[in-house]
Amino acid sequence: MSEMRTIKDMPVNDMFVSGHGACAGCGMAVAVKNIMRILGADTTVYVPASCLVVISAMYPTSNFRTPYLFTAFENTGAVTTGIRAAQRRRGLSSTVVGLAGDGGTFDIGLQALSGAAERNEDILYVCLDNEGYMNTGIQRSGATPFGAWTTTTPVGTKVEGKREFKKDIMAIIAAHDPPYAASLSIAHFNDFIKKVEKAKAKKGFRFLHVMTPCVPGWRSDPSMTVEIARMAVETGMWTLYEIEDGEARTTYKPQTMLPVTDYLKLQGRFRHMENGDVAKLQEWLCAKWYLHYGNDMEQPVCATFEKMKRVRHPHEEQLHFI
Amino acid sequence: MKVMVISADHAVAYAAKLARTEVVPSFPITPQTLIVEQLAEFINDGELDADFIPADSEHSVMSMAVGASAGGVRVFTATSSQGLALMHEMLYAVPQSRLPIVMANVNRSLGAASGIWVEYNDSMAERDSGWLQVYVEDNQEALDATLMAFRLAEDRRVLLPVMVCLDGFILSHTVERVDLPEQEEVDRFLPKFVPYNMLDPSDPKLMNPIVPPEYAMEMRYQLDRAVEHSREVIAEVDELFAREFGRSYGGLIDTYRLEDAEYAMLTLGTATGLARQVVDELRSEGKKAGLIKLRFMRPFPFKELCAACRDLKALGVFDRSASFNGGGPVYTEVAAALCNVPTTVTGHVAGIGGRDITPEHMRDMYDIVEKASRGEKVRSVTWHGLRGDME
Repeated sequence: MSEMRTIKDMPVNDMFVSGHGACAGCGMAVAVKNIMRILGADTTVYVPASCLVVISAMYPTSNFRTPYLFTAFENTGAVTTGIRAAQRRRGLSSTVVGLAGDGGTFDIGLQALSGAAERNEDILYVCLDNEGYMNTGIQRSGATPFGAWTTTTPVGTKVEGKREFKKDIMAIIAAHDPPYAASLSIAHFNDFIKKVEKAKAKKGFRFLHVMTPCVPGWRSDPSMTVEIARMAVETGMWTLYEIEDGEARTTYKPQTMLPVTDYLKLQGRFRHMENGDVAKLQEWLCAKWYLHYGNDMEQPVCATFEKMKRVRHPHEEQLHFI
Repeated sequence: MKVMVISADHAVAYAAKLARTEVVPSFPITPQTLIVEQLAEFINDGELDADFIPADSEHSVMSMAVGASAGGVRVFTATSSQGLALMHEMLYAVPQSRLPIVMANVNRSLGAASGIWVEYNDSMAERDSGWLQVYVEDNQEALDATLMAFRLAEDRRVLLPVMVCLDGFILSHTVERVDLPEQEEVDRFLPKFVPYNMLDPSDPKLMNPIVPPEYAMEMRYQLDRAVEHSREVIAEVDELFAREFGRSYGGLIDTYRLEDAEYAMLTLGTATGLARQVVDELRSEGKKAGLIKLRFMRPFPFKELCAACRDLKALGVFDRSASFNGGGPVYTEVAAALCNVPTTVTGHVAGIGGRDITPEHMRDMYDIVEKASRGEKVRSVTWHGLRGDME
């Protein structure tokens, strides 16, 4: 296997082909297209209920040139386990990949996911995180960030947007001690390629967490999808790292933390947020930043908040960081 | 052939082993657990070359079964009650994907008013899922029906999942003499599994996509036809089995002393053994009583029942579950099947929640049916064995 290093080395043979029904500017389509290019033809795909199944597999057409199965919402970890068991018995070495959304991963699919991770099944689990149930019309999930408007966290006169912070799914995965887990951004493409390559090459349970901006759900400009993904990293709303055989490593660290408002202002879902909620989110982000990147370098954006050095869980000290 | 004294759960596990099952996803639930425990032992002792997957739930069990069956291998699993209910969503994916999965369901009541004892309300709730359902009478039939289930499920005219239903505790945990077939005999009866459709990167296929209204109806119709085709295959498999192993079960239904009977009961599961005994008693008293044993709930034996009941004046239908709508599911389906036959049909609910069905209860059922056969007015549905004054 030749190691891919940059976008120039990407295979051009698409396994997820054009003609699908994704919205203009869909971050998920960008992620899936490129993941499938790297995984190649010797891949078997499972997709649970999600945008992806609707845009890519409406009988009698399919955008996947690989074998493809769909059944239900909550069982990506389980169905992929079954497929892999059968293919192993038949002597096939195909990569079995589950391409699930954040609802299918953080919420309804968490149990089957945990089971597969705990048994260290030889599968690749990809969470395409658009921070909500976008396929059913923009409802809140465990992945939706604090303050965001969704149809089930409406901006009302008493309550405005989601009141809970985003669940740390990577920490949950890390607690299962998998051979490989990584967070990816479509704005950091060389990093993206390396991580998919690494996940493809490893054996056992592998987890990729990709932020996939959603134009209708995030109320954003279709031309800004990659820019929003980039700004998420620069503000600390998304962090790029990998955990390999228990060792955690930051793969990209922004020089200076940009204020969260730089990220929020690009999206209509945060438009209603007032100073109090913005500060609350910024404080949570600062704690997350210092936890991930260390607190030896003070961030001006965080100067007004008490520095957070506490360790929330033993695994965090071990795995979240350096 | 080897003679063993084993429970029905173990008999089913032996059948799955003799069938050379390749993947066994599993989750424990009483009274099914003995089956997967025994299979785990077979695998860990090297007696069975299969993958045992300890799942996180029954929903995941059926999801793994779908994945593995779509991956092209022979899959067996087992469950009960709440576990079957948790699988409900995934059960529907199997027939429409035409995956020949075989599963034992050890019948147990479905809560609330929870218990671990036999009642058929768990599997009866799944009778319209597209799974074929066979109910067994004893431990030998549990083994034989499981072997036949693989042959039936994998027949190209059928390609449907089969659920083998057996009474919790009465069979699952009770030992009986069981004739264990030899591996070579089973290998002759059940050829190596060849998948019809499978997920193979060298021949990529899209399985179970989203199906719009333009196509869904034809797919459901094809499924309906496949269930219809299973009727003749069930008869063929029964004959094949008889030729290889010398035991026959009559296909969709079996009958006992029905030839000149004027009235009869229709039973399923272990109540059939008791009914045989009561029929013998009634016959010794000169009464013309008979018995129909319902084996398959799906496909339902409409034609066979009409033919069997042609000369009956009255038929009582036993149900070990209630529809909470006046009777049980078997009663309503039998009544529908016989609506063009002049036989009077009565419903008899008994053994609910694992309550013992005594010879007296069965005798009461026959007495009611006898009255109906003489033209006397009787209740359309009777619950037998209720304690106290429940009117």
